[in-house]
Amino acid sequence: MRYLLVEDNVALAKSVLDRLSLDGHVVDHAATLETAQDYLRKTDYDLILLDIMLPDGDARSLLKSYRMAGGKTPIITITARSEVSDRVGVLDLGADDYITKPFDFSELEARCRAVIRRQGGMANNIKRFGNTQFDPLAGTLTVSGQKVQLRNRELRLLEIFINATDQLFSKSKLVDRLFSYEDDVAENAIEVYVRRLRKQLEGSDLNIVTVRGMGYRLSVS
Amino acid sequence: MNDHVTATRSIRRRLIVRLLASAAILAVILFLVVQSFGRQLGQESQDNILAASVTSVLDAVTVQDGALNVDIPYSAFSMLGNISDDRVFYRIEQNQAYLTGYEDLPFAEGLTTESQPAFATEQYLGEDIRLVTASRKLSLNNQPVVVRATIAQTRNGQKQTLRQISQTVLFLGIGFFAIAMVLTFYAAQSTIGPLRRLAASVSRRGPQDLRPVESPVPSEMVPLVRSLNQFIGRLKKSLSQSEEFIAEAAHRVRTPLATVRMQAEVTLRRVERDENREALREMIRAIDESSRAAGQLLDHAMVTFRTDHLVVESFDFQVLVDELVTRLRPIAELKEIDLGWQMGKPALIKGDAILIQNAVRKLIDNAIKYSPTESSIKLTLSQGRSGISLQLIDQGIGFPEKDFELLTDRFVRGSNAQDTIGSGLGLTIADDVANAHGGSLELKNNTEGVGACVTFYLPLR
Ligand SMILES: Nc1ncnc2c1ncn2[C@@H]1O[C@H](COP(=O)(O)OP(=O)(O)OP(=O)(O)O)[C@@H](O)[C@H]1O
Ligand SMILES: [Mg+2]
Repeated sequence: MRYLLVEDNVALAKSVLDRLSLDGHVVDHAATLETAQDYLRKTDYDLILLDIMLPDGDARSLLKSYRMAGGKTPIITITARSEVSDRVGVLDLGADDYITKPFDFSELEARCRAVIRRQGGMANNIKRFGNTQFDPLAGTLTVSGQKVQLRNRELRLLEIFINATDQLFSKSKLVDRLFSYEDDVAENAIEVYVRRLRKQLEGSDLNIVTVRGMGYRLSVS
Repeated sequence: MNDHVTATRSIRRRLIVRLLASAAILAVILFLVVQSFGRQLGQESQDNILAASVTSVLDAVTVQDGALNVDIPYSAFSMLGNISDDRVFYRIEQNQAYLTGYEDLPFAEGLTTESQPAFATEQYLGEDIRLVTASRKLSLNNQPVVVRATIAQTRNGQKQTLRQISQTVLFLGIGFFAIAMVLTFYAAQSTIGPLRRLAASVSRRGPQDLRPVESPVPSEMVPLVRSLNQFIGRLKKSLSQSEEFIAEAAHRVRTPLATVRMQAEVTLRRVERDENREALREMIRAIDESSRAAGQLLDHAMVTFRTDHLVVESFDFQVLVDELVTRLRPIAELKEIDLGWQMGKPALIKGDAILIQNAVRKLIDNAIKYSPTESSIKLTLSQGRSGISLQLIDQGIGFPEKDFELLTDRFVRGSNAQDTIGSGLGLTIADDVANAHGGSLELKNNTEGVGACVTFYLPLR
């Protein structure tokens, strides 16, 4: 998917950029309102991440004018404001959601997913692997015409594998991607989700392979 | 909130009382003056006639054949008689000796001549009389004699005229008072009008409206409005300064933390060695903990500040919960927790929506935090006659059995919260907000099954 990230803090922007690219998204980065407007004029995005405080002004004006001009792309604003004052403001101006700094990447991912899903998403996101189709937005897996609804963690786990088929993931890496750092989970908690996902993938051309002592990888047959 | 203002008597009442009192005094004075003037006028006209009559009587006294001849002319009495049916008495003396008339008729004392009569008011035969006495010097047989004549008339006619005048003047006074009353009410009303309008235009404002008063006011009210505007200005400044300060503080603290956290997370994806990974994880946890603490502290500061200046507005509690649930659902989904919530009837309530939203968010946050994955949290809003309560039931670890009440104190965390990060301010905030609105926060564990049951109650007022 194509994202526009408007954020003036270079280090933070770079990290978000890295993270989103790792997940296979295409991200444009603007550090000022002006560049953001340039990008918006030239390209259609699936999602816009918009920091509110920018060096050349308050991004709420951009939000307002973008919506007034009929822009439909979902927007998540990034604020550092205290949660108390959030209620008034961005949502009324046409943002779809907001996230407060500092954020968990999984929270950002979850909010992006929720916002895009609410919008209806694009049909061209469906991925095909032999007899299997995967719709990451709807969170559905269709194996030989049989549709199954994935649960949140199964979905996220499958996405990790699908974005890098044949790559080996250690259990601890999967733990980091799947759980928040708040809960102290043991590595073998991953086994539960791998087992579940395997069950959903029964009869599919997609296969989660255990690499003894190393981790897992997804193979397409 | 303190709505108490000490009120002295209303300006309008005072104005009315004073104006009416002055009008009443004026009316009484008018009545008395006109009445006494009338009485004086009546008296004078009677006196004039009496004087004329006594003069004509004295003029009619002649000396004939060495004796006094008193031939009282008809006209002397007829001019008296035409006033009304008052009775007329007379008495004539010669050198103080009774000559003719009513012997016991009193007379006015004093040195009198023909042209300088004396008047008096007396009682005679049980009636009020007005009498005039005048005297004339004659010479009889070369002897000087003094003829003194007294003419008296009852005062019924005069009294009646006076009564008529009094009556008229009384009506006049009452009429004057009535007109004054109408004018007074009108004047009081129009004096108070600008004050009323000012008060109405200020109290009609919404809680956020801190614009200065700009509508024109009478010049006497300019100092009041000017200081009101200055006060509004100061309030606005201090309110926005503290809100801005808190927002700015949040920005300062959170932005660098966000950067470090993101970088740590990205690095964690690249690092292979287990010790390094563990260290990075610790680092992320520490960042989370401090940024969460900063967030909670700032929210707590904001809540403490705002509970002193509640911005009360009317809003639908249900919509507020619905917005929050929508917003927190992605977070709950990360733990595969189902947020059970259904919209029902509108739940209108008066309160500070920003504070209440913050409080409810803390409660949902707790429910998610202290629940295991793949569980569910149920939110129900119920409206009673006296208030609205929001109940959150989770299937988590539940509250620890002891030190139950202490959990709403600042920085107090339960013994069950060892494995999760937090600063012990969430329940403090929710409790403070409930109390500031006259409501309450009730914590208990589910009687059936596991988990906590938290009730956030707000009264309708
Ligand atoms: N839904 C719940 N289930 C079980 N225990 C709870 C629940 N909510 C609160 N508690 C207990 O009450 C304590 C106080 O909660 P509070 O929200 O004030 O602080 P916290 O969650 O520990 O930290 P934070 O300030 O980050 O919210 C918690 O430490 C926990 O022990
Ligand atoms: Mg809490």
